[in-house]
Amino acid sequence: MPTVKVNVFRGDASGGELKRYDVPTDPGMVVLDVVHRIQATQEPDLAVRWNCKAGKCGSCSAEINGLPKLMCMTRMDTFEEGEEITVTPVKTFPVIRDLVTDVSYNYEWAKTIPAFKPKPKEADGTRRMYQDDVERVQEFHKCIECFLCQDVCHVIRDHEEDKAGFAGPRYFVRLAALEMHPLDTNDRTELIRQKYGLGYCNITKCCTDVCPEHIHITDNAIIPLKERVVTSTYDPVGWALRRMRGKPATLAAGEPEPPSA
Amino acid sequence: MATIADVRQRPHERTDRWWIEPIFIVTVLGLFGIYAFVVSVMNNNYFHDPYLSPFYSPCLTTGCIHPTFPIIGNWYNLSPAFLIVGSPLAFRVTCYYYRRSYYRAFFWSPPACSVPDARAKYSGETRFPFILQNIHRYALYLAVLVLAVLWWDVILAFNFDSHFGIGLGSLIMLANVVLLSGYTFGCHAARYLVGGYLDSFHGKSLRFRLWEFATMLNEHHSRWAWFSLFSVMLTDLYIRLNAAGVIVDPRWVLR
Repeated sequence: MPTVKVNVFRGDASGGELKRYDVPTDPGMVVLDVVHRIQATQEPDLAVRWNCKAGKCGSCSAEINGLPKLMCMTRMDTFEEGEEITVTPVKTFPVIRDLVTDVSYNYEWAKTIPAFKPKPKEADGTRRMYQDDVERVQEFHKCIECFLCQDVCHVIRDHEEDKAGFAGPRYFVRLAALEMHPLDTNDRTELIRQKYGLGYCNITKCCTDVCPEHIHITDNAIIPLKERVVTSTYDPVGWALRRMRGKPATLAAGEPEPPSA
Repeated sequence: MATIADVRQRPHERTDRWWIEPIFIVTVLGLFGIYAFVVSVMNNNYFHDPYLSPFYSPCLTTGCIHPTFPIIGNWYNLSPAFLIVGSPLAFRVTCYYYRRSYYRAFFWSPPACSVPDARAKYSGETRFPFILQNIHRYALYLAVLVLAVLWWDVILAFNFDSHFGIGLGSLIMLANVVLLSGYTFGCHAARYLVGGYLDSFHGKSLRFRLWEFATMLNEHHSRWAWFSLFSVMLTDLYIRLNAAGVIVDPRWVLR
């Protein structure tokens, strides 16, 4: 039974340190198992948030050797023999204790997204969606809200001052799911540009790289939204077409304001 | 006990070789930029009948060795490459894939995922000059026009003194324009313009097929971007070496 050296952040909002543990491992273990073993055998008060241990609840997000990952989906046999492993809480959000962070920033943004507003029903009393349209937005619904994309996004990770004006990749996925929905009638394009801060994204694709659900966040959500913003704001031809068609340029009044407001 | 700042604000905990990608991109794009500048300034050896270098096509001056559209007179005495370099340059500079690459490699914004930005202040693409990235679809329109001319050049590359023929140069030019087409029509702006702007594809089967095709190309956009960059350079180099008499183009002509 090989023993691994694991550095785990121990501390809270007032301070903390990396503490080293020697942990015996078994074949097939993941990093979350190792953290649980530390908890069971050495540090019963080690705080870690987890739930399904199957990569579907998005609870056990952390940084493993500096890379945002789900602890339950990171196998121990992916490390070199003798490699030291460092597990720290996600950096973008404030620490509550040990590996547990306060991710309420995300929930505050979530509250502000204008809800789905369906078209009127058809004559037979139904609303229809076609398979091709379903498939395009279905990808966005795979999101498990682990917030790894939010953690790795340098706009909010490295620039605390930008947090108030940038919703982050998770919410661009949500907004794309709504904007591309064939039955939705809300137009959030101007809101996406002005309040959700899409222009801050510089397409470095780290959100896509870390997504455990392999959602093509940048290619399928963020860039198509950027192109929609180009049409509504920066493309004079697109702007003229919208004016001729009489589509509203901005969202109706009364929608919730983002946390920055 | 250390403070949060001591532990959590250390530069990063990454232990892998994250710096390889930025170094590779700086090196390759830097070398390509130097090559493109030098061959544009040289203003010679860009035509070897019937091959025209992509750096000089379309050739717009009457002083060209092989004019495509001679709309500019002899008063223009600089390299004709300078007249057309803006279109492919603007298309590549504003391309979403290249943006990802050079923001990481040249601006260190960030240099790699979860490695900190080099700069304390950040405004992304909300202000000048980076707000100009939004012209990408206009750069695409120009790039499509240039691409049409490059396809015409390929047709001419199979014409040897009014006889059909195939030379190694013809095939290189054909491969180059295929790669450029894959890159151009798989671009994110093209994918949006052919159908991505729609919320529902129902009843719009042509636009759906075009969007699907652009999506298929777009999934490998980075490869198209790199391969087409290399192919432009290699096509020019091949024609240049032939024009300079360094190598001889093998060709088969039907007479």
